[in-house]
Amino acid sequence: MKEYFKNIFVALWTILVGLRLTFKHLFVRAVTIQYPDVKLKLPERARNRLYVNIDDCIGCRQCEMACPVDCITIETVKALPNEDLGVTSTGNKKRLWVTKFDIDISKCCYCGLCVYPCPTECIYMTDVYEFSEYNRHNLIYHFSNFTPEEAELKKKQVEQFEIEQKMKKAVKPAEQVTVSNPGNPEEKS
Amino acid sequence: MAELLNMLVASVIPLLFILVYAIVILWTEIKVASHVQDRLGYMYTGGFHGWAQPIADLLKLLSKEHITPANSDKILFILAPVIVFAASYAAYAALPFTSTFIAANLNVGVFYIIAITSFVVIGILMAGWSSNNKYSLLGAMRSVAQIVSYEIPTALSILTVVIVVGTLNLQEVCEAQKGGLFNWNIFKYPPFMFIAFLIYFVASLAEVNRTPFDIPEAESELVAGYHTEYTGMKFAMFYLAEYANMFLVSGIAAILFFGGWNSPFGEFMSGPAWGVFWFVSKGLFFVFLQIMLRWTLPRLRVDQLMYVSWKVLTPISFVNIMIVGLWAILK
Repeated sequence: MKEYFKNIFVALWTILVGLRLTFKHLFVRAVTIQYPDVKLKLPERARNRLYVNIDDCIGCRQCEMACPVDCITIETVKALPNEDLGVTSTGNKKRLWVTKFDIDISKCCYCGLCVYPCPTECIYMTDVYEFSEYNRHNLIYHFSNFTPEEAELKKKQVEQFEIEQKMKKAVKPAEQVTVSNPGNPEEKS
Repeated sequence: MAELLNMLVASVIPLLFILVYAIVILWTEIKVASHVQDRLGYMYTGGFHGWAQPIADLLKLLSKEHITPANSDKILFILAPVIVFAASYAAYAALPFTSTFIAANLNVGVFYIIAITSFVVIGILMAGWSSNNKYSLLGAMRSVAQIVSYEIPTALSILTVVIVVGTLNLQEVCEAQKGGLFNWNIFKYPPFMFIAFLIYFVASLAEVNRTPFDIPEAESELVAGYHTEYTGMKFAMFYLAEYANMFLVSGIAAILFFGGWNSPFGEFMSGPAWGVFWFVSKGLFFVFLQIMLRWTLPRLRVDQLMYVSWKVLTPISFVNIMIVGLWAILK
């Protein structure tokens, strides 16, 4: 019987205790933020969207090799001897045209492993994290300055050049031959 | 003709009140819920703290398709929300909003309200049964068991007030508590009227299926209880009825124990217009208390629910009514 009344009083008392707590929380400042209007500052080393500063890229493919999910695709074309590509901001000489530098961000796992091996520090994580798209193909980011057509053109140019080089190589000994045998007109052509 | 017009006005005023109050209390409930949990709740719709969100919600519900489950009992399914809402709306007829306005000045007002709110049970059982859904039926059965068992302590604590005041007319109950704070029923026969009020408040919480007695709706166990299968405006009717019931029980608590439309300062700030203010603010206070309790207390188990009703509230209210009755006779 004593227990019975005690229980009733405990019940009433604990309801009041609980009400006091919830009432206090009515006036506590909200811990949530109004997200699209207010954004929390990200930590300094937060990993979000990748960005490639293509002007600094030397086409070494180290990021491509480091990527555990193969979301980076790089294609390069050798620069011709008469083309000067300049140097990167870190002073490395650029020897390759980067005709294709695609990152499929939908595959990216934000591990950041591609960032560390880059010798020129041209691939890095930004603080952008809102990049949803309606079309999956829009998530493949093209960082190269070349359009596919231009890349094709460049490739052809280099092929052309290489053929010319071969021809020259093939021609040079022939010229020597022509020196020793000036009387043979067919070998000149 | 004039009488017909009178009837129309008298019936439209409570309906308008319910609609406006429901929109306000929907907003309040969400805001209280979120602030208790240290959140902000909705902030955009309409500008200031999302005040237009309940209106938008209501419009959304209005424009939704009415879906009737394939194997449901169509007539009962359509009738149930109407009955639930009509029952709680009908009870507003006997509520004295102020000294000059009461839709129906019945001399058995208290009895009428107890009787008419029992219709809600039928509506809920109809909804649960006709949905042809096990969760709905379980919810409805729980709800009926709960409401039927809690009606006893509710009625007994209301009867205590009737013994004290000596009338069943709610307008006269208010009249009898005139003259300031200490003439209110809650301060008579201390502390027995206070106990009666506590019993009434706890039991009325269970009557309107509010937490901690919300096992009929128990969203974590029963999806949504008896209104699981309802969509659109039919669902909104249940919602409206729930909020209307909340104010109904709060208003009755205010009338029976806290002087109804009487000002707490005697003659100061009293009059028909102030009467509306006092009655509505007293009612809203208890509605606010109900909302706060919802975010404070966990839900009771079914056996605990029955324990509270049959082993705590009912015996105590019996003893209480005996003591108050004896005291009233001897006085």
